[in-house]
Amino acid sequence: MESALQFFFTYKEAIFIIALSIFLGIQVISNVPAVLHTPLMSGANAISGVIIIGGIILVGHTDLSTFSLNLVLGILALIFGTLNVVGGFAVTDRMLEMFKKKKK
Amino acid sequence: MDKVLGVLNDAEYTVGGTLLELSYLLAALLFVYGLKLLSHPETARRGNLWAAGGMVLAMLTTLLLHKNAGGGGIPLDNMWIILAAIGVGTVAGWIISRRVKMTDMPQLVSLFNASGGAASALVALLEYPNALAGDIGSILVTVLGLIIGAVAFSGSMIAYGKLDGKVGDVMKPFMTYFNLALLLGLIVLAGYLVVSPNPPVQMLWAIYLITALSLLYGVTFVLPIGGADMPVVISLLNALTGVAAAMAGFIYNNQAMILGGILVGAAGMILTILMCKAMNRSLLNVIIGAFGGGGASAQGEEGNIKEITLSDAAVLLSYSQNVVVIPGYGLAVAQAQHIAHELDTLLEGKGVQVRYAIHPVAGRMPGHMNVLLAEADVPYEKLVEMDSINPDMPNVDVAIVIGANDVVNPAAHHDPGSPIYGMPIIEASHAKNVIVMKRGMGKGYAGIENHLFFEDKTRMLFGNAKDTLQKLVAEIKNF
Repeated sequence: MESALQFFFTYKEAIFIIALSIFLGIQVISNVPAVLHTPLMSGANAISGVIIIGGIILVGHTDLSTFSLNLVLGILALIFGTLNVVGGFAVTDRMLEMFKKKKK
Repeated sequence: MDKVLGVLNDAEYTVGGTLLELSYLLAALLFVYGLKLLSHPETARRGNLWAAGGMVLAMLTTLLLHKNAGGGGIPLDNMWIILAAIGVGTVAGWIISRRVKMTDMPQLVSLFNASGGAASALVALLEYPNALAGDIGSILVTVLGLIIGAVAFSGSMIAYGKLDGKVGDVMKPFMTYFNLALLLGLIVLAGYLVVSPNPPVQMLWAIYLITALSLLYGVTFVLPIGGADMPVVISLLNALTGVAAAMAGFIYNNQAMILGGILVGAAGMILTILMCKAMNRSLLNVIIGAFGGGGASAQGEEGNIKEITLSDAAVLLSYSQNVVVIPGYGLAVAQAQHIAHELDTLLEGKGVQVRYAIHPVAGRMPGHMNVLLAEADVPYEKLVEMDSINPDMPNVDVAIVIGANDVVNPAAHHDPGSPIYGMPIIEASHAKNVIVMKRGMGKGYAGIENHLFFEDKTRMLFGNAKDTLQKLVAEIKNF
């Protein structure tokens, strides 16, 4: 019990952010019409590519003086992350453009 | 930029560092705002662009302003490498997203999701050795990020393979137990790693083992799940990737990553629950996969199947006033969306009202039918959701079922022993006439007979949906 409380206190800010973000996510998405299920999913998918920031930090501070496996994997993470971000946003835009076109 | 502004908690903070945090706040707000706009049809496209703008902003400021613990910025050489990697990803992502066919959208979403999961897993794996021994919080988020990211990666790859027809369903009774054991093993190992007082460098064997087990779990978790459950699985995997990114956000104490990731996780979870509701099944039921091919109590109420000739179908449709098309996965497989639209414009020209009734889980991902029909330029107003069309079904002259099965099966209402009992369906059987286009007499995904096919008012048109529709359109034109 005491250690659980201790854990909460140490990470209280993080836990606050998680709790509020979940609530926010639910509020923002609720009542989305079925037409938008796919674009919403692929748009959200692109946002999860925010991991790319981690990739930039990782590769940005990797020591380049020696060749390392870490560098290769870091670059791989960056490529994957970008693929997720760019592909996700681009394909969502393409889908939504299609929806718009036939609305008039 | 390096000018020190002040001291907070014994650490100096600079102009650049403060600007960086401000940009993250702005990016996080843009994600929220973008997602909000994305959930309304009129503003969706703008919302997507706002969210993309937030991402570009966060990427740029990180590249230019991020400092490591020693206060060093990102060196120029590293910057070039980063830009090159981003360039490769951008070109690849752009080309893929422009070239993909709309019918392949579920595969593509899975593929992008897999790449996001892989990125999260790699970042967590590479950051693990940097964690401090005994720092339970940071080891916990690193290990969680690794597990969730790896499961999302391999799970999405299997989902991709299934959607693309490269991987079949593998359902063996022992797999449920195997998966449970695997999951339990992962949790125990992760727990051990988190509480272990040893420095991470000594625990590398465990982190590699966790990586391997997580990848394996993703495979064995998605492998037994049937095609009709794909909308649930894809949404769930999407949510997982978001959570993995959020975990990585904790490693860097980066609020934009945390908020963006959790937001995606929550949104994905809502979609998952929505899809489960549309099938009247619990998430646990989908994951464990209680759908056997058995269906013991499905009564053998096999009546006579009555076929209809193309010319009779053409006459019937031409003299109707109110026609409803009920599309399913078969329409997507046959790529028949364009010809379906040709049929509806042709009939409209004859004064027939044509609408499309869309079941929430028709197809292989949430909203699959909407995307397909939008590609074929079917006007938005013609797509009617299940709950709005059902009360009007008795007024419908002809319901055309194209490549759909379980979503129109009346057993969901009448047969308490049926595996799909209780699932909301489109009431095709309430229409005055029903035409069912099907490839053959194969049973639906649930492996149960569809009583609709044996009803007196039902007529069958066997064949590939696209060919059948093409012939039907030709027949109506000549009529």
